[in-house]
Amino acid sequence: MSTEWLVNARAAEVRMRFVTGDVSAREIAESSLARIEATDEGIGAFNQVTAELALASADRIDETRTAAVREGLDPAQALPPLAGVPVALKDNMNLIGTRTTCSSRILADYESVHDSTAARRLLDAGGILMGKCNMDEFAFGSSTENSAFRPTCNPWDLERVPGGSSGGSAACVSAGQVVVSLGSDTGGSVRQPGALTGTVAVKPTYGRVSRYGVVAFGSSLDQVGMFGRSVEDTALTLQAIAGHDPADATSVDLPVGDYVAAARCGAEQGIAGLRVGLVTDLLEAEGAAPEVISAVRAAADVFAKLGAEVGEVELPSTAHGLSAYYIIGPAEASSNLARFDGIRYGHRAAGAADVLELYTRSRSEGFGSEVIRRIMLGTYALSAGYYDAYYGKAQRARTLIKQDFAAAFERFDIILTPTSPTVAFRIGERIEDLMAMYLTDIYTIPVNLAGLPAMSVPAGLCPSSGMPIGVQLIASHFAEEQMFRAAAAYETAIGFDTSPPTR
Amino acid sequence: MAISEEQVRHVAMLARLSLTEEEVVSFGRDLNSILVHIDTIQRLDLQGVEPTAHPLDAVNVTRPDVVSPGLSRADALRNAPDSDGRAFAIPRIMGIEGGDE
Repeated sequence: MSTEWLVNARAAEVRMRFVTGDVSAREIAESSLARIEATDEGIGAFNQVTAELALASADRIDETRTAAVREGLDPAQALPPLAGVPVALKDNMNLIGTRTTCSSRILADYESVHDSTAARRLLDAGGILMGKCNMDEFAFGSSTENSAFRPTCNPWDLERVPGGSSGGSAACVSAGQVVVSLGSDTGGSVRQPGALTGTVAVKPTYGRVSRYGVVAFGSSLDQVGMFGRSVEDTALTLQAIAGHDPADATSVDLPVGDYVAAARCGAEQGIAGLRVGLVTDLLEAEGAAPEVISAVRAAADVFAKLGAEVGEVELPSTAHGLSAYYIIGPAEASSNLARFDGIRYGHRAAGAADVLELYTRSRSEGFGSEVIRRIMLGTYALSAGYYDAYYGKAQRARTLIKQDFAAAFERFDIILTPTSPTVAFRIGERIEDLMAMYLTDIYTIPVNLAGLPAMSVPAGLCPSSGMPIGVQLIASHFAEEQMFRAAAAYETAIGFDTSPPTR
Repeated sequence: MAISEEQVRHVAMLARLSLTEEEVVSFGRDLNSILVHIDTIQRLDLQGVEPTAHPLDAVNVTRPDVVSPGLSRADALRNAPDSDGRAFAIPRIMGIEGGDE
């Protein structure tokens, strides 16, 4: 059967075709598998394609539908919100029956023995898991070139990166291999690849989604996020996975909003009276491309035309966001990655004479160079004599950044910035230049330091390169509904076509 | 604050990493290039600013002290590089230098 319809389909459309009996879940899964088969050699979005799991769960969903019909129920009412929708997971999210490699040699053969709550909830909502997605090793990177297996290519131009670290999760949605996917965002790892692949990419408020079963990077920064080809699809996905989880003590026990209704409200009724603040000081940050700056200014004009009250805002402390992040992130990572010691799981060096040698050789053989770099940086920043100069200062700078945002949200509902200073760069272009790579996340990092929700929405194509540009909408803590409403209104106003030309 | 090769070796030891001499040089160079940027934070006036360890106001979370099923032994050992079927097997940790056999 033709796979074409699925390539551009939205989640609600896939579900509707399934529940009305127009197409079976098995046919949907087979179409998604065919699309992956046809395109993934070039793109490299997947570390593992879970064909057997996908077909088995598709058959279960088909049976659920058949049973509902037999009992005289309306399948549209009886079936869950993502029934029959092909989904993918970043390869740092555990799910029994899959390997969870973090794109690292040290976990290359690791088989999950428990389920991450976010993945479990996505599948309980009817999603069909197609596979696990490539990433920068342990999520350290902004291009997916730091994968131990292979780089992922941008579906808009296979010679360019898809961003990172959730580059595979972004690329599979952009390329129409799946409809929505999950990633994780510690400093921009969902939003930046979203911008670079022309997809909608959401990082919810810190604590909104359980991180249980997601391999930890920076525990005060990490949050599970999602990719879709529309604002509503990301709202549906967050709706399915958000909420308190007793297994994650940092997940917050606050009511989950109606994100889908908020997105529909924004698309249909607009955003008259919404207060949007365009960030002016951070806008012209080091390395920001003129096309990106003008796209963000144009987005501010769109919001004004939609009836929003648009003003300007400065966030002076965010100039120190990158410094604070490259202390706090590596410090937390160096602690989290201490568990990879070659004893209980993961790579173990052969022939070690004693336990100390086993630790040091297993880790050095198993970790790639960016992982070693971050562990070293974090260990240094936490070590005796340097703790106050680095970690202590970074935590205080973090307070100033939080205060800047708090002051801005007294005047505005949404803060508007670029997502990434440039469009997708060429594979290999920044791999030797650490700081150029790190600067890629200059707009996204302050949001993680403050724990705020933010999302990247496609803003159009760069006139010189033809590559997508994303704008970032930041909302105050737990104001995701406001954020989806604004994003959907903007999306409707500009009518961006998320399909890459190489399709 | 530049980091010396000796410090690179010390940090690697703390982090349980073994680096070759070439890696000591190259990681030292990388760390210094990052630290040059990070050191801009030293210019911030942080007098009287409280540190933030967590983006939200973290509260201590407890659960009822009741027994619930955990990971089975088979699952715990599933990814073990070496085991005897009951426990993880590791090289000796006692008497490495003493030769007590």
